[in-house]
Amino acid sequence: MASDTHFEEPNYLTAKRGVMSWLYTVDHKRIGLMYLAGILVFFLAGGLFAITLRTELLTPEGDMISANTYNKMFTLHGAVMVFLVIIPSVPAALGNFLVPLMLGTKDVAFPKLNLLSFYIYTLGSMFFLATLVTGQLDTGWTFYTPYSSYDSGTAVISATAGAFILGFSSILTGLNFIVTIHKMRAPGMTWNRMPLFLWAIYATSVIQVLATPVLAITLLLLIVERTLNIGIFDPLMGGDPVLFQHFFWFYSHPAVYIMILPGFGIVSELIAVHSRKHIFGYKAIALSSVAIAIISFLVWGHHMFVSGQSELAGVVFSFLTFAVAVPTAIKVFSWTATLYKGSIEFNTPMLYALCFLFTFSIGGLTGIFLGALSVDVHLHDTYFVVAHFHYVMMGGTIIAFVGGIHHWWPKMFGRMYSEAKGRWGVLAIFIGFNMTFFNQFMLGHQGMPRRYYTYVPQFQLQHILSTVGAYILLLGFLWIAYYLLESLFKGERAPANPWGGVSLEWATASPPIEHNFHGQPRVDADPYAFPEIDRSGTIDHH
Amino acid sequence: MISMFFAAAAKPLPPVETVHPWALPTQASTFAESTDRLYYFIFALDLLFFVLIMGAMLYFMVRYARRSPGQKTSSITHSGVLEFWWSVIPSILLIVIFIWGEVDFLRQAVPPQDALNIRVTGQKWSWTVEYPDYPDARFTSSPDEPVLTMMVPKGRPVQLTMTSQDVIHSFYVPAFRVKRDVVPGRYTSLWFEATRVGEFNIFCTEYCGKDHSKMTGVLRVLEPEQFASALLEASKLVPEGSETMEQFGQRVAMRRGCTACHSADGAASTGPTWKGLWGKNESLSGGSVKIDGEDGLNYLRESMLNPTAKIVSGFEGVSMPSYQGQLDDKQIDGLIAYIKSLSAGQ
Repeated sequence: MASDTHFEEPNYLTAKRGVMSWLYTVDHKRIGLMYLAGILVFFLAGGLFAITLRTELLTPEGDMISANTYNKMFTLHGAVMVFLVIIPSVPAALGNFLVPLMLGTKDVAFPKLNLLSFYIYTLGSMFFLATLVTGQLDTGWTFYTPYSSYDSGTAVISATAGAFILGFSSILTGLNFIVTIHKMRAPGMTWNRMPLFLWAIYATSVIQVLATPVLAITLLLLIVERTLNIGIFDPLMGGDPVLFQHFFWFYSHPAVYIMILPGFGIVSELIAVHSRKHIFGYKAIALSSVAIAIISFLVWGHHMFVSGQSELAGVVFSFLTFAVAVPTAIKVFSWTATLYKGSIEFNTPMLYALCFLFTFSIGGLTGIFLGALSVDVHLHDTYFVVAHFHYVMMGGTIIAFVGGIHHWWPKMFGRMYSEAKGRWGVLAIFIGFNMTFFNQFMLGHQGMPRRYYTYVPQFQLQHILSTVGAYILLLGFLWIAYYLLESLFKGERAPANPWGGVSLEWATASPPIEHNFHGQPRVDADPYAFPEIDRSGTIDHH
Repeated sequence: MISMFFAAAAKPLPPVETVHPWALPTQASTFAESTDRLYYFIFALDLLFFVLIMGAMLYFMVRYARRSPGQKTSSITHSGVLEFWWSVIPSILLIVIFIWGEVDFLRQAVPPQDALNIRVTGQKWSWTVEYPDYPDARFTSSPDEPVLTMMVPKGRPVQLTMTSQDVIHSFYVPAFRVKRDVVPGRYTSLWFEATRVGEFNIFCTEYCGKDHSKMTGVLRVLEPEQFASALLEASKLVPEGSETMEQFGQRVAMRRGCTACHSADGAASTGPTWKGLWGKNESLSGGSVKIDGEDGLNYLRESMLNPTAKIVSGFEGVSMPSYQGQLDDKQIDGLIAYIKSLSAGQ
């Protein structure tokens, strides 16, 4: 092996050296890694905000930090996690790295635009850091008017400007992926031969391009109102505060699917590869992503059942909300069915995928309570909602993201991490996560409102359990960070295809060479045609 | 500030009377019963589906765990029949849940004609509750401690007409399963019919700033025959038995919402602190006043009944509402005695 490595062709990490080769790179893989580094740093920051909140909530009284600090902490936790971590996590980090590799092409359609979106992301996150330094943002990540119109400090302008700028990064990345997927698929890769991860990224990109401008307009109107004193949302100036909620959720509900669809894509890959089975119901999974993308634009009012919108609107939004539940259920059933008669390897990425099935099922099923109008009246703005969206956003997207990082880590860095350490990490995350958030369902249905700095004493037991869970989660993530970093220096060299995947990213070296492939790869089978599949005695559906 | 805070925290709100963390809180309105039926129906269905999915997953995990490398797997890729049924069955169940939730929700939208009317005003960070049919009855919640904020009769529909003086709040009574946003610049309403005598929590559930978590109150449900007399008795604010004027004044300050904006310990707030106010040379926008003797008494009285007449420097942007007609002479005397007691040497 030593002589092999001696003559090894330079990969994308070693082909060029020096800081400038990273800052000016147009290589999608390097841009993906830079996003990954930024996202993980913000994930740590957002996590520390959350730990501070959970620690304060150990007791019913306010004793560790002041009410104002608490309010700023939950605002920053939400804003950082949504805008700087979850929205870019899978598409910008893993998506950038994988989309061209899976498509069998050299790069995305517009490599320079790709670098530009990274710098726009950096600029937008600087605005968030500015609000951290000035420390004035206490509106919640939702920026509801009129509280945000005149009541909290000036940081509203810099934070919303930050979100506005981040939106452009999101739009450009989405645009880039749409064009890349349409125009740059390898010869032979029909739409139905695309890995499901690409379908998910494609559906996500469509939402990013169509929905994000609405957020931009809304935030711009908010800035205009605050700086020029034009009444748009503020009732003191003749505006309508509920209008803001309509605008905000018209973006932010589709954004929920911007956050979760890429996670679905990862799970489809992980389950198929590690159970050596063709994914069950390929077309249903692919098309349900598209169906979700479309219906997601028509359900924003379910955040507003008690806001004073008309009852008729509430009824229509409730119905459409249940309509979006069906394609999501189909996906969960299909993933479970994929395991049937498979050959399941319980390695770290697969354990994350199975963990996802558990936590995301709870996240999805608890959404039914919130979609039902009368039940939502009781649960709205309680911890039940907090638990529900953490089961979806964290139990869904973040767990899929971490699983995806483990699955493609050998490809990204050419090193294997310690499998044993990886499994301990899954265990810590699984226990910590469920302990943190399952207790919050119980708090919520008993009536504990969200965003409360102090609370009535009978809720204390569940709060303590939730806080203990949060510390287990923190330790779990620190543990993962430790052994992944360790693998970069001490890990075994990864082979080109450690898991036996048949999609194109596994057809090149680990790490890939700068231009991804020697020559143009061709595709003549679908991405789940594993050699273990027994085609002898059964009727092949293709 | 901190000592006051702990003092407040030491007096807990009434318990929500939860039987078990897995169960919903006490049912105290007609809506609670129907909402809970749907809640438990969804819970049972969810549990069934969760057990089915996880059961299948765990079975497959055990049954199809890889035993040897290169182990053969099935070539199955889809099943039209299976996919049809697992789309259709959940769809039907979801439609049932939708209709059920919708019917109950629409019932909550239309208050009966004979409902008792109550006006609710939200402001940072207290609720003001008034009864158009009983002009003397009025409650204000306090962020310092849980106080009686609303009284309603059992067995009679009650309609709340609500608005906000500043930002959006939301009026929530968990035991009644009702919640509605309280929006500045418009009226929203909700109605309920209490089915159980007792005391229940009122929470603000729309984030509204610093003391959002203390914008709480106590709702008391009474037998209908006791309601009217108890309401007038409870909303009467007069010195009790052994109470000194200072203690009475402190109670008035809390019950009438003064403490939401004026601190007693020198902490900065929406309005000037009362600590050390008596005896102080206060600078006003356009003049100053020595708050002492007869001038001081008149200044404090005027500041309650006609607050915008003289404004303390630095508070020009704040407009305190007038308490004309809401404070009687006895209560004003109590407040002044309390304010005096907050100055050293008094």
